[in-house]
Amino acid sequence: MIRLHDIRKVFHLGKPNEFVAIDGINLEIEFLKTTVFNGPSGSGKTTLLSLMGCMARPTSGRIFLDDREITSLPERFLTEIRRKTFGFMFQQFHLLPGMSVLENVMIPAFPEGIPYERLRDKAIGLLRKLDIDRKRDAKIEWLSGGEAQRTAIARALINDPTIIIADEPTAHLDSKLSMELMSILKQLKAEGKTILLASHDPLVWESDMVDRMVTMRDGKISEAGGGA
Amino acid sequence: MAPTIGELKMPAIIEKHRHLIDFALSSLIRRKGKTFSLIIVFAWVVFLLASVMFFSRAIQQEASSVLQGSPEMIVQRLVAGRQSLIPVSYAKDIAEIRGVQHVAARLWGYYYDPLSGANVTLMVNDDLKERVGEVLVGDAVSFRTAVQGQKQRARKNDILPFKTAAGDVLMLKVAGVFSAASQLVASDLILLSEQDFRSIFPIEPGMATDLVLQVRNAKELATIASKILQMHPDTRPILKDEILRTYDAIFGWRSGIVFVLLTGAVFAFIILAWDKATGLGADERREIGILKAIGWETADVLLLKSWEGVIVSLTAFLLGLALAYVHIFMTSSAFFEPVLKGWAVLYPEFRLMPFIDAYQIAVLFFWTVVPYTIASIVPSWRSATVDPDTVMRGT
Repeated sequence: MIRLHDIRKVFHLGKPNEFVAIDGINLEIEFLKTTVFNGPSGSGKTTLLSLMGCMARPTSGRIFLDDREITSLPERFLTEIRRKTFGFMFQQFHLLPGMSVLENVMIPAFPEGIPYERLRDKAIGLLRKLDIDRKRDAKIEWLSGGEAQRTAIARALINDPTIIIADEPTAHLDSKLSMELMSILKQLKAEGKTILLASHDPLVWESDMVDRMVTMRDGKISEAGGGA
Repeated sequence: MAPTIGELKMPAIIEKHRHLIDFALSSLIRRKGKTFSLIIVFAWVVFLLASVMFFSRAIQQEASSVLQGSPEMIVQRLVAGRQSLIPVSYAKDIAEIRGVQHVAARLWGYYYDPLSGANVTLMVNDDLKERVGEVLVGDAVSFRTAVQGQKQRARKNDILPFKTAAGDVLMLKVAGVFSAASQLVASDLILLSEQDFRSIFPIEPGMATDLVLQVRNAKELATIASKILQMHPDTRPILKDEILRTYDAIFGWRSGIVFVLLTGAVFAFIILAWDKATGLGADERREIGILKAIGWETADVLLLKSWEGVIVSLTAFLLGLALAYVHIFMTSSAFFEPVLKGWAVLYPEFRLMPFIDAYQIAVLFFWTVVPYTIASIVPSWRSATVDPDTVMRGT
C-alpha cells in the first residue's frame, strides 16, 4: 500500500512566484489495483504522481511505501526505490532520439550492471511481448506514435517494477491506439502490477480495468471514489 | 569456497562501466558535429604544445650530446668586451699551472658563402697538417661545388670554392666525409689544414681563436680558471657546465617564445572547451532529465559525462601527440623551423633524433585531459542535481 499523509508540495517557496501544487493530501492506494487521477490541467495530478514515484520530495508531509517511510531517504536510496519499484510512462514518451528501440529499452537498467547479453535478451523479450521486436534496431525518430508508446512501455518494464506510473498516456494517441494501450495495461494488471494513471481522457476512466477514480482540483482531492 | 561479496560485486561494477562507456560513445556519435569539432580543436592545441615540447627537449638533448665530447674549459680573450684572437703564447703559460694536463690552441671560424647562402664552421684539424688543399666534411654539410655552382650535399672528391681574405678563390677538395653523433655538428662542420685556414681568414701566425684545456681533476676547474684570470686578466675562461647551461637557456628561451605565442591558442582553446563543455544544449539537459527520471542516480549521470569527457580528451590528446611526433621527427618541424632553429640556412635538412620525455607528456596530459574532463562534468552536475520530476512536468 502507498500511504500519503498530509502531503504538500510548493514550488518556488518563498519567492514571488510561489505556487502550491499539492495542498494537504491524505490518501491510501492499494497494490494490484488501477487508480486513475483525473481533474483539470493544473489540478496537481502529475505532481502527485511524481511524489509517489519518488521523483520529487514533498515540501511537507510523509509518504509510506509498504509501511516504509520514503520521504526522508537520501537521494541514492530514493533513486534505487524509483528504479526497482516504479516504471514510468511519460506523456511525451521521452525516448532518446538517435538511439535504437532496443537501446532505449535497456537504458534504465544500465546502472544495475546486468551483463549485456542478459539485459539484451530481457529487452528483446519485452519487445516481443509488446509485438514491436521487429523494430528493435529502428531509430526512435522513425517510429509511429503507437510504436513509440510500446517502446516506452517496454522501457518502463525493463527493471521489473511492481508499480507502473503513466502520466496522460493517451494524450498523443488516437482512439484505436488508446484502446490498444488500455488492453496492454490491463494485461500488466493481470500480471500483478499496480497501475497509477493521470488522465482526463474518458476512454481511460471508462475502462473496465479501473478500480478507483480520484478527482483532483486546485491541489486537493475533491472526490476519492471507490472504483468503477 | 563461496565467493565473497567483493567478488560478486566486481563484475557488476565492471558491467556498469561497460554500459556507461557504450552509452557515452553512442551519445558522442549522436552529437558528432560537436564531438568532431571539439576533438579537432583539442588535438590542434595538443599538437602545438607537444611539438614545442618534443622539439625543445630533442634539441637540448642534441646539444648536450655535442658538448659531451667538448673540452672541460675554453679560454677566450676579450678586447673591448668582445671576443678577440688569443696569442698562442698564453697556452704555454697556462700549461704550467698545476693541475692542467694539456692545452691546445684552436683555430676555427664561421664562413658564409653569399652565392649559395651556405653557412659553415671551418675548423683546423692537426690530422690534415700535411694535406694542404684537402678538407673533411660532415655527412650533412651542404655547400656550393665548383662544378655544379649550386648548394648541395658535399660528397667525396667534390671541389669546394672558398673566397680568401685577399679576394682570391681557394679550391679545396673533399678528401672524406665523416659522420658525427649529432647532426648539429655534422651539418655544418668542415675540417681543414692550418695553412688553408689562414689563407681564407687573415689570422696572423701566433694567434688562435681560443684555447682548450684538459685538467686532471674536474673539481679544480674553478681554481684553475681563477689562476688563468690572474695570469692573463684579458681572458675569459668558460667551463663546460656553463656552456651546457647556456645551451639550455637558449633553447629554453626559444621554446619560451613559442609558448608565449601559443598562449593565445591555448586561451582560445580554453574558451572553446569551456563553452562547448559547459554549455549544455537543451537536448543534453533533456537527456539528463530523462535518465534521472527513468532511474539513474546523479552519480551515474556524472560517471557517464566523465566517460564522455575522457573519450573526447584522450582521443584528441593521442591524436595531437602522434601528429606532433610526425611533425617534429619526420617532417623536420616544418611549422616551427624559423623560430626555433634561428639559422634556418645552417641546417637545411635538419632531422632530430627522437627523444621523448615521459614527465613532460604526463604534464601535458594533466594540463589538458584532466581540466577538460572536469570542465565537462560541472554543467552536467548542475543539470543532474535537479529533481527528475521536471521531465515529468515537461519543463
